[in-house]
Amino acid sequence: MDHGGHAGLAASSAALVLLLVVLPSLGLAAYLFGAGREQRAQGWSPWRTAAFAAGVGLICAAMLPPVAPWAHGDLRGHMAQHLLLGMFAPIGLALGAPGTLLLRQVPVATARAITAPLATPPLRILIHPITAALLDIGGMYVLYLTPLYALSQDNGAVHVLLHVHFVLSGYLFTWSIAGPDPAPHRPGMRLRLAVLFLATAAHAMLGKIMYGYGYPRGVAASRAEVEAAAQWMYYGGDLAELLLAAAFFALWFRRRAGLPEFIAGRATATG
Amino acid sequence: MAEAAEREPADPRRSMLAAGLIGVGVTAAVDEIVFHQLLAWHHFFDRSTSAVALFSDGLLHSAELIILVLGFFMLADVRARRALASTSAWAGFFIGAGGFQLFDGIVDHKVLRLHQVRYVDNLLPYDLAWNGAGLLLLAVGFVLLRRARAERAPGR
Repeated sequence: MDHGGHAGLAASSAALVLLLVVLPSLGLAAYLFGAGREQRAQGWSPWRTAAFAAGVGLICAAMLPPVAPWAHGDLRGHMAQHLLLGMFAPIGLALGAPGTLLLRQVPVATARAITAPLATPPLRILIHPITAALLDIGGMYVLYLTPLYALSQDNGAVHVLLHVHFVLSGYLFTWSIAGPDPAPHRPGMRLRLAVLFLATAAHAMLGKIMYGYGYPRGVAASRAEVEAAAQWMYYGGDLAELLLAAAFFALWFRRRAGLPEFIAGRATATG
Repeated sequence: MAEAAEREPADPRRSMLAAGLIGVGVTAAVDEIVFHQLLAWHHFFDRSTSAVALFSDGLLHSAELIILVLGFFMLADVRARRALASTSAWAGFFIGAGGFQLFDGIVDHKVLRLHQVRYVDNLLPYDLAWNGAGLLLLAVGFVLLRRARAERAPGR
């Protein structure tokens, strides 16, 4: 790597600390303030607060030592970082229901102004579970199977965008599948289950492709390191998707609406 | 009993289905944890795997994961409604576990040839033990199923 590359990466490190340590921490401070007010007003589950705090904690952990320096030179470290940023942290953030908290804190007119754009066609398409899955899991296919990953190692801006994309697309996907925050015109639970099923399968397939055929390419990593990283992705992804599936079914069993009769039983159709 | 009014009649079908899903998921998890990782008998990925097999393996893996979680939620739901029929549930667990073991042994190992039980010259004893274990689990499940039906019969 040349000298310019190092300088570029130093600048990108500063940007990453700002975007993925300072900003989330400020977000958590705002959340705690809101949750405290809400707790006194109409009650706010401490589990939601704990989930959101865990999500922010995992983002910060991924971007600070020891994970961040490890990710710098080791593909396994990168994969640990990727799992924390893109899969585990978003589950915590989404289960924290920050949208619900925000909407309860602001006047009704402001709340309407915030949610109105979500009903417009471009945003409706963006927050659709299928789009979210394509951005999240599809993005990983593009990252690891094309030279994009190697590029992100040398280009500071790509490096920063990549990490921010992990968090945003991970959050979007988690929210669209199992987020307790409401969204206008969200598709039904069966479609969301189908997307979760296909996305989990796609993630597992990508892990095996990377292991079997040695992706990402063009990086200074031994074959053993690539294979280990791919297995980390596979099994780490399993654990995250297990949690996501649990969040999804928890939501569905609580609502019960639309649960098939062979799952919910006949007696529950009325209740 | 105070809860008697809320108590639903025992639901052997849902009890069996819930535990059966858990049986499938647990067998898949044991396969992944013990045979792939701890013993390292199974290979994570055979490079001879065809694209179709890789694709179906991914779908199957995803289905196992979702089935395991759904099974636990269903079982918790049946229990919360006091409709759990425990013998039926155990029957379902063993039938699910054995059925999946047999499916894995025949479809994954032999038809799709994703990987083998162990990479040795004489594979036959391993295949027989693998599928024999599946048949044994299935047999236990069917014995329990008969018992569950016998338990219910006099009350009806």
